[in-house]
Amino acid sequence: MPQFSTQTLDKVQEIIGRYPEGRHKSALLPILHYAQRELGSGWLSPEIMDYVASLLNIKPIEVYEVATFYSMYNLKPVGRYVLEVCRTGPCCLVGAEKIQEHIENTLGIKEGETTPDGMFTLKTMECLGGCGYGPLLQILEQFHENLTPEKVDALIADCRQKAASMN
Amino acid sequence: MPPKIFLEHIHKADLTQIDNYMRFGGYESVPKALKTMSPDGVMDEVKKSGLRGRGGAGFPTGLKWSFLDRRSNKPRYLVCNADESEPGTFKDRYLMEYNPHILIEGLIVSSYALGANTTYIYIRGEYWYLIDILERAIAQAKAKGFLGKNILGSDFSLEIYVHPGAGAYICGEETALLESLEGKRGNPRIKPPFPAVVGLYGSPTVVNNVETLAAAAWIVQNGGEEYAKIGIGKSTGTKLISACGNLRKPGVYEIDLGVSVEEFLYSDEYCGGIANGKKLKACVPGGSSVPILPAHLITKTAKGEDRLMTYESLADGGFATGSMLGSGGFIAFDEDQCIVRNTWNFTRFYHHESCGQCSPCREGTGWMEKVLHSIEYGHGHESDIDLLWDVQRKIEGNTICPLGDAAAWPVAAAIRHFRHEFEWHIRNPREATQPGAVYRGSELVLA
Repeated sequence: MPQFSTQTLDKVQEIIGRYPEGRHKSALLPILHYAQRELGSGWLSPEIMDYVASLLNIKPIEVYEVATFYSMYNLKPVGRYVLEVCRTGPCCLVGAEKIQEHIENTLGIKEGETTPDGMFTLKTMECLGGCGYGPLLQILEQFHENLTPEKVDALIADCRQKAASMN
Repeated sequence: MPPKIFLEHIHKADLTQIDNYMRFGGYESVPKALKTMSPDGVMDEVKKSGLRGRGGAGFPTGLKWSFLDRRSNKPRYLVCNADESEPGTFKDRYLMEYNPHILIEGLIVSSYALGANTTYIYIRGEYWYLIDILERAIAQAKAKGFLGKNILGSDFSLEIYVHPGAGAYICGEETALLESLEGKRGNPRIKPPFPAVVGLYGSPTVVNNVETLAAAAWIVQNGGEEYAKIGIGKSTGTKLISACGNLRKPGVYEIDLGVSVEEFLYSDEYCGGIANGKKLKACVPGGSSVPILPAHLITKTAKGEDRLMTYESLADGGFATGSMLGSGGFIAFDEDQCIVRNTWNFTRFYHHESCGQCSPCREGTGWMEKVLHSIEYGHGHESDIDLLWDVQRKIEGNTICPLGDAAAWPVAAAIRHFRHEFEWHIRNPREATQPGAVYRGSELVLA
């Protein structure tokens, strides 16, 4: 079974403490975020969800029904960097579709797919709340705004470089 | 007009630092409220201010607070709705990023008025970087004695916690938000009972938008009557407007309610006109769910009067010729934008975000998305326009929460004002699907 680091377990206890006695299930969404990052390389496997259920002393189904509802939780493996591109109206008025097309052509993948080297996944998102700074995308909740094809190229190169330096 | 409440000082210093914020009078409302006012006194000031909910519905805040069940023995909760997700809206993000303490200050005096000792800020998960900013602000406020046990020696205690969502537009609806905060799927609850009676964990709860609660700090400090002097009629105070789309200067602006739409759109103080020297085709003035208006109805009402940025003026003419102030998500479309494509895009959004509880919304949004997609891609039929009208009409008012209405209105308004554009797409599929083809009312232009 997967297991959080001691440091994250302390954080989990601190989060549970924010809610009244007996309402520890409230901590589910925050803890799933930590689980996806620390245990799942960006996605939630059934084993990880079962582990979170055991941490909170709730039934596994209570975790599954939540994980399947919210779009930030990935339920199948993703690449090292998930490019989350906003596809909603305001971003499309300023060229979001061309940015998506550029990413698809550059990486040779369509939305929902991962590059064969496991480096990038392209995920389209509904409104990310940065409409005045579009087109935009997020990588691990970090916003990259006012995108142009050149900026996207630089971003992709930057991710590759970061990954190479970490290996 | 210079911004008065939220953004006045943001360019003068880093207001995420509490000392800078206090240099401009920040947190003065806390001792004022706790030491010189009763909770009811604070509530009275908010009532006098005429403040209305800034999340989109525009319901009077003081009245909403007065519904809180005071006979209940259960703890009371204040929940701050920071699940900003309405397309076109990014004002709360801006406020929390550049002036987080005004929200914390507003939460303290509002919690005091409501008798809440625990307050949660429910923030959309995509705004993760803001959680750090807010938690730092909370820690700073606590270190100064504005939070925690017996604040400033009073018998009022308060803790504020930040709670992330995980990507679901529906959680901006207050009962869905409460479900989500309890660790469940974000399915809206049937009302009544309202959250003011049965809210978080079955306790009396008030849910207010970020901007609404931030305004409470200023209202307590300066008085409800001072606040009501800003604005026109029942649209009192200032409002954050997030402007986007094809504008020269998109961004977040604080306006006095009552500025004319003409001035907001075209003056250099605000949006600076349409980008790239193009003409305005249409506007969605209050977030994606409010009716789209063609250019001639956005700056003037049907009666030919100047349209103002107020709840009343933007709604003038009803849905036939008006729209709504909504969340203040102001989206401008230039002459080269396709209304059919945009309507399909918005409908896809609502289909994706429907929680699936109510059949009219779950099935209706998907149906409309398919029909709009087929029109946009050259496979439409003349009867499709009436079909879309029929489907949206059967969604509206027939669902537990307002997402159904929010999905129906953009489709209805697009057909009402741009029917000719739908007809043109259907009658000229080959032209309409050419790359770069734009319909400008009577002619085809290749942009």
